[in-house]
Amino acid sequence: MLTKRVISCLDVRDGKLAKSIKFVDTKDIGDPVERARKYYQEGLDELVFYDITASSDRRDIMIDVVSEVASQVFIPFSVGGGLRTVEDCSRVLLAGAEKVNVNSAAVKNPGLISEASRAFGAQAVVLSMDVLRVGPGPEIPSGYEIVINGGRTPMGIDAVAWARRGEDLGAGELVVNSIDADGTREGYEITLTRMIADAVRIPVIASGGGGTPGHMFEVLTEGRADAALIASMLHYGEYTIAEIKSYLSNRGLPIRKAGMPVT
Amino acid sequence: MITIVDYEAGNLTSVKRALDFLGFENRITPDVDLVSRAERVIFPGVGRARTAMNILRKRGLGEALLDAFSRGTPVMGICLGAQVALSRSEEDDTPCLGIIPGYCPRFALDNPDLKIPHMGWNQVRVEKEHYILKDVNPGDEFYFVHSYYPQPEDESQVYATAGYETVFPAAIGRENLFATQFHPEKSGPVGLNLLKNFAEWRP
Repeated sequence: MLTKRVISCLDVRDGKLAKSIKFVDTKDIGDPVERARKYYQEGLDELVFYDITASSDRRDIMIDVVSEVASQVFIPFSVGGGLRTVEDCSRVLLAGAEKVNVNSAAVKNPGLISEASRAFGAQAVVLSMDVLRVGPGPEIPSGYEIVINGGRTPMGIDAVAWARRGEDLGAGELVVNSIDADGTREGYEITLTRMIADAVRIPVIASGGGGTPGHMFEVLTEGRADAALIASMLHYGEYTIAEIKSYLSNRGLPIRKAGMPVT
Repeated sequence: MITIVDYEAGNLTSVKRALDFLGFENRITPDVDLVSRAERVIFPGVGRARTAMNILRKRGLGEALLDAFSRGTPVMGICLGAQVALSRSEEDDTPCLGIIPGYCPRFALDNPDLKIPHMGWNQVRVEKEHYILKDVNPGDEFYFVHSYYPQPEDESQVYATAGYETVFPAAIGRENLFATQFHPEKSGPVGLNLLKNFAEWRP
């Protein structure tokens, strides 16, 4: 049986973990490669690296990080942030990432999804969408709107319609990130996640609001997500991967075993 | 020396990196002679069967693979590499290499809750003993990404299965060819073990 995936997201700036990530154990603070390796050894299913480097001339550092991770971490991982062209995508894939994560650039230029999908296959293209709850209206029948620039710019696009369009254009997977829930740690946006999971036939990763394994269980069952993205609950050391996985599996979800002995 | 066949089908560097990590000498090459005379061959790949077969034919790599196989060279196919080892793929109705008689159907999922592609970690069940699978324990999960799966005509060529609504072959083999639908190079420690076993396999 296909398992539900536990995915963690690491924000990287200038090749270092972003300051917003506060770790309990200080040994490897700042080093995304060390952190990725630790999570890999503890049994994480997948990783997402989000490059938040401000200046584009420093993006080569990210390529080095990707390549280092790929040499030591043998689970799938995707890279997002600042990918605007097929060439940008090609660079991170050649450096060893399994998938690219496109977001704002795809909203502004949907052709990016189809071009990347043709070039690398749908399985390599993850469409990440930032979504704000606005209430149903003529342009936004679902009540959820696509926003870009970290939630600051509303685009007048319905989130469910955009998810379907992304699937049609060739995305292999969707990350549904609720701007309302993000950072609250009070649980994922279940209604939104479920609406989108019901509307498409590609896997859906729920993001934003995860604070406890119970929240993850909720979005993986009621929310019909295929995977749950977590950040601070793991980075702050509140839960280990083993604890999260044993909770989910004790509640009856198919989950990949944690903490395999590493070769 | 393990030769990884380069036929422009997806990311070959992840297989290379896994072999580097394990300490097995390897090279990625599109060279026909190097493939047909290789000591050991890995034949990975993601993407469309039709595109892959066109490139294999155009470059003579299909012949080189058949040649290596008939010389008794250990050959391992991964994902698309497993699919094109069969006679035919339902994807664009593509004739394939035919090392193993059979074809690759697409998942026909009646259950709308099941997504296509089949993407993620799934348990693999060993159906028949094989040196390469010797360290796989019941319940071990491997990473899959695919919409088609390899179905040999001869059931005795199915070494492992997985379930996704239907039970489908996850590892197939014939003589000195072994092929997995899942990605050992992305399947953590259990996957690395499988690559190690291939590197040490003496069929």
